[in-house]
Amino acid sequence: MHPAPSVILFSTLSGLGFGLLAFLGFGMPSPTGLMAFIWFSIAYALAVGGLIASTFHLGHPERALKAFKQWRSSWLSREGICAIAALLVMALYGAGAVFFDANWTLVGIVGAVLSIGTVFTTSMIYTQIKTVPRWANVTTPIMFLSICIAGGALLAGQVSVATPLLILAGVAQIAHWVFGDKALANSGTTLATATGLGARGDVRAFEPPHTGTNYLLKEFVYVIARKHALKLRVIAIVLMAVLPVLLLITHSHILAALAVLSHLTGVFAARWLFFAEAEHVVGLYYGKR
Amino acid sequence: MTTLPTSTAKKLGLVIDLDTCVGCHACVISCKGWNTENYGAPLSDQDPYGENPTGTFLNRVHSYEIQPKEAPAQLIHFPKSCLHCEDAPCVTVCPTGASYKRVEDGIVLVNEQDCIGCGLCAWACPYGAREMDAEEKVMKKCTLCVDRIYNENLPEEDREPACVRTCPAGARHFGDFADPDSNVSRLTAERGGMDLMPEMGTKPVNKYLPPRPKDRDRSDDVDILAPFLEPVATETTGFLGWLDKALEAMPGSSKGGKS
Repeated sequence: MHPAPSVILFSTLSGLGFGLLAFLGFGMPSPTGLMAFIWFSIAYALAVGGLIASTFHLGHPERALKAFKQWRSSWLSREGICAIAALLVMALYGAGAVFFDANWTLVGIVGAVLSIGTVFTTSMIYTQIKTVPRWANVTTPIMFLSICIAGGALLAGQVSVATPLLILAGVAQIAHWVFGDKALANSGTTLATATGLGARGDVRAFEPPHTGTNYLLKEFVYVIARKHALKLRVIAIVLMAVLPVLLLITHSHILAALAVLSHLTGVFAARWLFFAEAEHVVGLYYGKR
Repeated sequence: MTTLPTSTAKKLGLVIDLDTCVGCHACVISCKGWNTENYGAPLSDQDPYGENPTGTFLNRVHSYEIQPKEAPAQLIHFPKSCLHCEDAPCVTVCPTGASYKRVEDGIVLVNEQDCIGCGLCAWACPYGAREMDAEEKVMKKCTLCVDRIYNENLPEEDREPACVRTCPAGARHFGDFADPDSNVSRLTAERGGMDLMPEMGTKPVNKYLPPRPKDRDRSDDVDILAPFLEPVATETTGFLGWLDKALEAMPGSSKGGKS
């Protein structure tokens, strides 16, 4: 799949932002006054910034409001509704903390659940896509959720829970790769089933429909060299999980800030790979898988 | 509404005969022509006369080679457009309701005024039937020429999809699969019409007729009576034998040459 920067930015930044909102909602930490204002500003900048970035890949962003209509069938619609609900409920909770020194526990918990729910709906947009076997399995939501929660814990300064959660997120990411590498072969979809001609002999793409490129090839048949993919995977996992865990050992504020930056960069690399390595079955028709 | 209808009154679709298609791409051109001038946004081209031309097409013809175990290779021309699936994944993923499947005839359409151009429906389609128009930024797909098949301003013989109307080989057939006696239902039953990627669970309406078995090339076969034939002479005799030896003996000929 074509790795669209706007979508990668969205899933990385919003994932971290909603993770932080979830921890704030659960009261870990529970700041008030100016400190609360700063915490909530960071969380909203990440979550809303990501959401705004995601509209850049739309052909008609001016019609984006129509996307809230089809929650009965569409995970993208559910994501939009869940995100707005989470942001509104957490705004109420945040207003309480900033202006009234209040800690409305129930509002916070509802907001936290909606925040994590938003990341779940994001992950389901990909998990429902059967045409990309690498995505259409349970490792996708587990990976998205574990990274969101680990990032949230790290950014919220919850050092004692952040370390095991980061390790868990790293394991979930590796599981997604290991499982994903075999997913296309295990799906049973080949050029033989794509053309229905497999029973007659070996099928080979002989001539494409046109000499130039097209939307399908640009969007779905992006191919990354395997040797680079492996290097990027190592970089992603080291920056996302290994380095932050090491930086957290000393309990220094500066090192913790570095840990957040490292984590964010690592997740960004992993999300780039999430798209770049995804094999869409339409590539089979073009002899590209 | 992007939830799918539980059933449709008609199931309009195409039968594509892979045995008959000659790969002329006339259907590609007539489709582009009709759909650029009629329903919805035109199908744009980018850099059409330049170095790197691309464009939106609703129908494309691939060509595949089949190499059977014990027969010569076969070339199959393979037109591909929207299959108007009964369980269309492109419809359910749409967040705005722009994508929908019609209850009356099962045609899958895009309401371009509601399309936000997110591209998710194209991701969900295993067949590459949907293309985002680079100019209009909305999703384009085969409409089964919905603006021809019911169009009473057209002569009756033209009230079928442009690709079917134009096909010079008669490789494309249009009809109602919900009617077991329709031309398309009978063709599918007689010729073993098949689904593409059945494992995707999309339940395509369009069916493909597999190529008929070909006569095998028997020129290399050994006849059962061959052992009873006289052996073929290995040494040349008579006048040609004398000539061969005489030419061989002349100066300039290669030593030991035997030709």
